[in-house]
Amino acid sequence: MYKYDTYDQAMVDTRVEEFRDQVKRRLEGHLSEDHFKPLRLQNGLYLQLHAYMLRVAVPYGTLSSAQMRVLGDIADKYDRGYGHFTTRQNIQYNWIQLDQTPDLLAELAAVEMHAIQTSGNCIRNISSDQYAGAAADEIVDPRPYAELLRQWSSFHPEFLVLPRKFKIAVIASETDRAAMKLHDIGIRMIRNSAGELGAAFYVGGGMGRTPMIAPLIREFVPLDQLITYAEACLRVYNRYGRRDNKYKARIKILVHELGKDEYTRQVEEEFAHLLTQGIEPPVAELERIKAHFPDPAYDASAADTLDRSDPDFALWVDRNCAPHKQPGYMIATISLKPVGGIPGDASGDQMRLMADLGLEYSFDELRVTHAQNIVLPHVRKADLYALWQQLEAAGLGTANLDRIGDIIACPGLDYCSLANARSIPVAQKISERFATKEADLGEIKLKISGCINACGHHHAGHIGILGVDKKGTENYQLLLGGCEGDDTSLGTITGPGFSEDGIVDAIDKATDVYLAHKQGDERLLDTYRRIGMAPFKEAIYE
Amino acid sequence: MSDVQFRFREDESVADPGVTVDVFGQQTNAAAVRLEPGDDARDLLPHLERLRLIEVNFPVFTDGRGFSSARVLREAGYTGELRAVGEIPVDHLALLRRCGFDAFAPEPPLNPADAETAFARWNDVYQATGDGRVPIWARRHHGTQNG
Repeated sequence: MYKYDTYDQAMVDTRVEEFRDQVKRRLEGHLSEDHFKPLRLQNGLYLQLHAYMLRVAVPYGTLSSAQMRVLGDIADKYDRGYGHFTTRQNIQYNWIQLDQTPDLLAELAAVEMHAIQTSGNCIRNISSDQYAGAAADEIVDPRPYAELLRQWSSFHPEFLVLPRKFKIAVIASETDRAAMKLHDIGIRMIRNSAGELGAAFYVGGGMGRTPMIAPLIREFVPLDQLITYAEACLRVYNRYGRRDNKYKARIKILVHELGKDEYTRQVEEEFAHLLTQGIEPPVAELERIKAHFPDPAYDASAADTLDRSDPDFALWVDRNCAPHKQPGYMIATISLKPVGGIPGDASGDQMRLMADLGLEYSFDELRVTHAQNIVLPHVRKADLYALWQQLEAAGLGTANLDRIGDIIACPGLDYCSLANARSIPVAQKISERFATKEADLGEIKLKISGCINACGHHHAGHIGILGVDKKGTENYQLLLGGCEGDDTSLGTITGPGFSEDGIVDAIDKATDVYLAHKQGDERLLDTYRRIGMAPFKEAIYE
Repeated sequence: MSDVQFRFREDESVADPGVTVDVFGQQTNAAAVRLEPGDDARDLLPHLERLRLIEVNFPVFTDGRGFSSARVLREAGYTGELRAVGEIPVDHLALLRRCGFDAFAPEPPLNPADAETAFARWNDVYQATGDGRVPIWARRHHGTQNG
């Protein structure tokens, strides 16, 4: 994985000192909260309902064991013993003291980590495929391109006061595991007919209150023009994105209002101009970064067989492990969704254990997934049983990846100052109610947002839940038919909303409709797409 | 007009305040113009030869269109004074410099010591923005910089 050189380290260290200075000016009263707010946000620091929340960047979701260990230590030292992995492959801490933040950031910087641009109206942490470098179906490891974009977007002077936040995802597989088309810019690395590598650009996707699937605006950007093209996309947005209304300020609205063709025309014009400006790093820089992402030293003689005699273990393998490009290896996902737990939460002890396991079994590498789980990307099949036993003992062996209990949920009204309703208790009730039914239900992606901002990706859930405020009480709308993968689709609201218990009953009825109509290997999503909303609606509101 | 508090040029400052883009279009001899966030900096490109001062106004510090205006002007070859005016937080100074501004008239004025620290903070930069600073990628690859 990428290692900082002295330049990268100096940039992060300088940022820590800059933020220390900003906090000092704030605490001494020289900086108003209005002026401090965008500064702290660009260092990942939110003021939430009860305390400051700090979001730490995990670039493209990749962590070393040493980094994961520090994340666990920070949970104990600065928070209440746990942290929350997020849908942007980051981690956030919910109980942070402002005056301790500079020291916390210095501890992160010591292991090449930071909280730069994890919030605010700027280019956010770049996300990617959690199976990058291990997936059997990828054409190339997408992370070097994400790292190139990370450096370009970090402290980019023109793009730190954008109309609104800006999210970029980079993938390189047929299967989209990063919800790429639901980003402001989604990049898919591809090969053209001549066999050359390049990038397809999808621009203007997003969730929030106006969900949109990004259209393809350019099929092939050559590798030596990647940064220039991204800069053109951003400049058109910075100049013409709406600033009159925060809810219409994302690039998806600009692309929608201009039309894809006109936005593309403007980008191409800006691109042609920027090509003359010498802003593109040399290909040698991309090659330098690529050299940081070699294949691990695989054991070529690793056995490609698995002892499945323990049925609980076999179930975990079937549910939580994915094929690896290297024979004898698998990709193992650690579910952070125990029955009745808080989705994405891990304790300091659990983080340190995962760090140890990553070091012992996965070449010192871990990944955070946008579904709020942790991946050990390179595990020998022969080691899986020992790994699973240690996970089981620590409450991390839940076998429910992509099942109904593998819920994505935002922090909701328990923490977030924007939320209208709580998400966590609903997630806990659903996970408890369906724990026994889960096995029959197959793959279901269930996603909960506590407000219309859609941090819990409810639009993209096979089953989505949106918490709203209805005359002072929490109310939950149900959506069906969303999907984040290659066949990206947005969910449709079933009808009137429900109470906290009512939404759980409604999902129970919806899954009964699925089981009654299911044909062959259909998932709930497939059945819904075939039979439509009517039978579900009838059962839910009978 | 607010006073120029920081200036990184040797030539004499233009005394006249910049006229609006509309007025500029009608005055064939104006040497100073003031861009508002909604103005298109590219409208000035045919007239760069006669311009000695372009003010870019930041009515509120949360509107960042002026950052792009500055780069558009510098990329087009404008070498006159490019002055940021309006609400300019001290923490934006280094960013504005990188986008091509070489004069600053913040309102309210800034603490000079804080500003000095801010201008000097970043030894290195990740991007090429046409401000003459050598980006980190070029330092890493001496002699292989793209044209």
